Amino acid sequence: MNIDSIRNGIVIDHITAGLGMKVYNLLNLGELDCPVAIIKTASSGKMGKKDIIKVDADIELDMDILGYIDPGITVNIIKDGLLVEKKRIGLPEKLTNVIRCKNPRCITTTEQELPHIFKLTDKEKRVYRCIYCEVKAEENSLF
Amino acid sequence: MRNLIDIKDLSVKELEELIAVAEDIIANPAKYAEACRGKKLATLFFEPSTRTRLSFEAAMYELGGNVLSVSSANSSSAAKGESVADTAKTVSCYADIIAMRHPKEGAPLVASMNSSIPVINAGDGGHNHPTQTLADLLTIWREKGRFDDLTVGFCGDLKFGRTVHSLISALSRYTGIKIVLISPEELKLPSYIKKDVLGANSIEYKQTTDLLSVMPELDILYMTRVQRERFFNEEDYLRLKDSYILTPDKLKMAKPDLSILHPLPRVNEIAVAIDDDPRACYFKQVLNGKYMRMALILKLLEVNVK
Repeated sequence: MNIDSIRNGIVIDHITAGLGMKVYNLLNLGELDCPVAIIKTASSGKMGKKDIIKVDADIELDMDILGYIDPGITVNIIKDGLLVEKKRIGLPEKLTNVIRCKNPRCITTTEQELPHIFKLTDKEKRVYRCIYCEVKAEENSLF
Repeated sequence: MRNLIDIKDLSVKELEELIAVAEDIIANPAKYAEACRGKKLATLFFEPSTRTRLSFEAAMYELGGNVLSVSSANSSSAAKGESVADTAKTVSCYADIIAMRHPKEGAPLVASMNSSIPVINAGDGGHNHPTQTLADLLTIWREKGRFDDLTVGFCGDLKFGRTVHSLISALSRYTGIKIVLISPEELKLPSYIKKDVLGANSIEYKQTTDLLSVMPELDILYMTRVQRERFFNEEDYLRLKDSYILTPDKLKMAKPDLSILHPLPRVNEIAVAIDDDPRACYFKQVLNGKYMRMALILKLLEVNVK
């Protein structure tokens, strides 16, 4: 299967197979007015299978969301048909308004305008804790 | 500018400096009587508290300073829906330092992020209560003369007991500390504290539901109240509140130099008959709390007394 190569845009590569649509939705790529290609379960020497997203426009991506969902992702920036930058994401140290604190005793539950900020406290187990109440982020806490 | 939101905000060296200042205040109170003249402490208490607020206020008065006080959420702009951030910004215009108690966890941190004056966390829900820990540490220091090589038992509500979490965190920075956790199953110490604090610092600890069986080992027994306000469910509270009551009989097994601590207020978890036992330190703890708050106010206001 062939997808046209892009001249100016972004290739989100090495997405864990099956997470492509989730990344697409969380980054709101459906709202873009430019060609976006999602390639599912492509062959990968390193990963066996992977998903890839190609965006035919130079847009700002929320790297924190990407890193939180799938830290193995690489983002390739293409300019004039050439790869000019390859960004390895990794787990972000701090997340702002990416996930929501669900502790009913946390100050964020009553003060709606406060940013929900989490810090990475255990890299190995991917544990994030709310900076206000220190409660661990739960699964499915994305905004 | 510095704040005290979590006991870990203070290094071991800073803690020792605070203890040294507190000891000097105890020995030479007159030297400090005018130390904060012209300074104002705002006590913003959005949750009921008698002793902590009075302790802060007494501390500031004994330093020669003044106090502005909000003693309940109903009597402040919070009742009108003002945010913690706005309250902190406003009070920064009137006072030199804030002591804040709030039912929501993290509220004093939010205040410190928006205030132009130092903020002291005077208790945020079930989360942190660092100045109680300062009181606990000065008491341990004055009773034992050391923080190393102590076996410390924590009894009662170890799940919601913020003073327990903070003191465990502070003690875990010393060597030869053994922690004994005594609680009903439902109120055990949260696993993240066991892992992130005890485990990470290689602190030896054990858990039991039986206070009597571990009594002979303890150098310090830290009793806690099973707090009604930490429960969502009244039935759970009524079932667990009398789980661990300390009586003179139970103390027969204890070391003669045991120190019994309690953050107070007590309900019935320590029999009144124990108050006259020389091992009871909980009222000394109240006094020590005031001295440590004085030392802390001096430090955060950067007042040096020669």
